Amino acid sequence: MISFDWEWAFVLEILPMILSAAKVTLLATLLGSILAILVGLSFALLRRSKLVLLRVVTYWVVEFVRSTPLLVQIFFLYYVLPEFGISMSPLLTGVLALGLHYGAYLSEVFRSGIDGIEKGQWEAARALNLTTYDTYKDIVLPQAIRPMIPATGNYIIAMFKETPQLSAITLLEMLQVAKIIGSENFRYLEPFTLVGILYLVFSLVAAYGIHCIERRFPKEGFTLR
Amino acid sequence: MKQPLIEFKNVEKRFGDTVIFRDFNFSVEEGEIVSIIGPSGSGKSTLLRILMTLEGIEGGVVRVAGKPLWHKETDKGLVLADEKHLHEMRNHLGMVFQHFNLFPHMTVKRNITEAPMRVQGKTEIEANKIADELLELVGLSDKADMYPNSLSGGQKQRVGIARALAMQPAILLLDEITSALDPELVEEVLDVIRNLALKHSFTMLLVTHEMYFAREISDRVCFFDQGAIVEEGEPERLFIHPNEERTKAFLKAYMSQ
Repeated sequence: MISFDWEWAFVLEILPMILSAAKVTLLATLLGSILAILVGLSFALLRRSKLVLLRVVTYWVVEFVRSTPLLVQIFFLYYVLPEFGISMSPLLTGVLALGLHYGAYLSEVFRSGIDGIEKGQWEAARALNLTTYDTYKDIVLPQAIRPMIPATGNYIIAMFKETPQLSAITLLEMLQVAKIIGSENFRYLEPFTLVGILYLVFSLVAAYGIHCIERRFPKEGFTLR
Repeated sequence: MKQPLIEFKNVEKRFGDTVIFRDFNFSVEEGEIVSIIGPSGSGKSTLLRILMTLEGIEGGVVRVAGKPLWHKETDKGLVLADEKHLHEMRNHLGMVFQHFNLFPHMTVKRNITEAPMRVQGKTEIEANKIADELLELVGLSDKADMYPNSLSGGQKQRVGIARALAMQPAILLLDEITSALDPELVEEVLDVIRNLALKHSFTMLLVTHEMYFAREISDRVCFFDQGAIVEEGEPERLFIHPNEERTKAFLKAYMSQ
């Protein structure tokens, strides 16, 4: 007969450890998101380059990254790159892998957001003799950002939920810590349940946050400095 | 002989297999106001769009103020221009669009100050001064801090005109600027252009369906059909005594509407 006993004392004992691991998870997500947004924007702009070669290469890089599993990319960065003299900490590797992987997905979001800007806006910018840089910065991106928020937010939440994959390269994020606690105490119920609950709570909070950002984002008057 | 401000020489323009212009010649003198009329699809707007560098050409040469617009003069003859040359050439031109194309996320004033600040490097104070003057000119001083979406079509287009004028172009291109407006809003926009024509010595090139306006304001009217100028001349002559059958048919069809 399987006994099903939930021990609150044990929960209180391990909670600080799991919460401190949650900080690692959140840090990886935060840094990964920032990198993913930068990478995504760069890819999206490269896909619109005047140079055919640049467009084609970017297309295949994005396709490659999207079509290979995140775990393979994580392993590659962590185990293969050192053979070329590049070795990074698990956290840095994780951030890089998440940033690159989700950057590829975000580039499609950004690309369609930019494509959604009316042709007339580009033409007016050109007629006013704005440079390409100013056109993107002042005219196109400020208008494109609002419609990009929901999809970008979803990808960031998805990224957050994929951080356990970083346990494969010994990053002490939540799941890894829970596993260690479990194996040390021969009790898995409480640590894994806590991890599940924390993921749920963070995801719900993040989803609500994104919803608020989208709703509050100004329809007019938003400009980039 | 004085050189024309705008000159199309043997210009060829295609969209895929569709030929818009072949061996097209056309010129405009400095200070001249020229209206282009004709049926849709006759290449009227394309002419303006080529001048504004929104459309390239496949053959021939377009000159603005004596310099080739789409080409650079080199020892080996004309070569296709780079962006830097186009950027320089665009300083001569300003365009007002049929669908306004205002920047919806910017206030009316910012729509006008954007280019003077970014392109001409004017300070915000200088640019605002220009915007204030232009808004007064188009009668919209009270709308400076509003966003385009809260304006009527006629007001939007007046902002469009002010925005183009802010760059002080020598040539103003007006592409069916009243076509997207409700009939009762057409006059307020045309009044601004009348005013401009009266007080300033702009070179204006307008594509329009408002025949009475073309007749009233133009030094010369060109009737376009199928990528060619079928007939051109002083407005009174062209509207009252058109020579060509196609011009007569077009004007007749227009009058009966």
